[in-house]
Amino acid sequence: MSGIIGKKLGMTSIYDANGKYVACTIIQAGPCVVTQVKTPEKDGYSALQLAFDDRKEKNTPRPLLKHFEKAGTTPKRKLAEFQFDEPKQLGEIVDVSIFSEGDYVDVVGTTKGKGFQGVVKRHGFGGVGERTHGQHDRERAPGSVGASSDPSRVLKGLRMAGRMGNDRRTIQNLQIIKVMPEKNIILIKGNVPGSKNSYVLIKK
Amino acid sequence: MSKLLEEIKKELAVKVSHPEFKAGDTITVHYKIKEGDKERIQNFTGVVIQIKNESPTRTFTVRKVAHGVGVERIFPFNSPYIEKIDVVKRGKVRRARIYYVRNLSGKSARIKERINFKEQEQTTPVSAE
Repeated sequence: MSGIIGKKLGMTSIYDANGKYVACTIIQAGPCVVTQVKTPEKDGYSALQLAFDDRKEKNTPRPLLKHFEKAGTTPKRKLAEFQFDEPKQLGEIVDVSIFSEGDYVDVVGTTKGKGFQGVVKRHGFGGVGERTHGQHDRERAPGSVGASSDPSRVLKGLRMAGRMGNDRRTIQNLQIIKVMPEKNIILIKGNVPGSKNSYVLIKK
Repeated sequence: MSKLLEEIKKELAVKVSHPEFKAGDTITVHYKIKEGDKERIQNFTGVVIQIKNESPTRTFTVRKVAHGVGVERIFPFNSPYIEKIDVVKRGKVRRARIYYVRNLSGKSARIKERINFKEQEQTTPVSAE
């Protein structure tokens, strides 16, 4: 296991080695700095905390400033924990070299917020289906939410309208199309959650 | 678009040298077609209607009228399947995207030829940027 923090830059499409036109996401991945080494003795489990993307010292909270100082690095924006097979030292740098073309990775990100959405968009309900035959104005209505006097309430977990998006989501088994080590860029086949300039975690 | 993204896209663009052409020009695209394990080349001759997007997703649309039916094909500049492109005729049009020719037929669909075309321009190969 290994991983890295990245920033989604945008999408494009290129021809792969087999001459197939594939859509891919451009991700600026790392370089990340190890800012904390968690050990079973001290923390109960082993993990590495990585930091990515510089930020100004004046915009960093004081306690964090000290945290970064310990690792001997400049203040960063994003911190995340990863499980690594091989041990790493505090302050060590993790970059895109952990990936190679053709690898399959899982990408974690926060999806775009969609606001308050109805059941058709949010849960894939079919809607009423027809404008006529007495439907009046309820083309995208959810329909019945339950029975009558028994149980006299709406069951918990019933799918209804509400806030959609802005959730942490993982997309599994995405192929790495291209690695550009000199620019710290990887191209991942297909799409990943989130808007442009949002942070994503790439796990191998 | 961020500067970095522009740089990356430039790098991703396949360095192909096709002759320069724009909307209104008549071109022949030599397109490789795979049939089983065999490969053959198909020619598509027509008028360039538009050039769309930036590298590496830049495409051009070619229109021709075959058996009285208008046929349009979109080719990506980056495509490894394009063997070569020949410019047959330089057309003189005032627009970058000449959608109006779709509504024209017969004599009115003709495009005037560019006479005072600099030959230099033609020979400089352009990348797919």
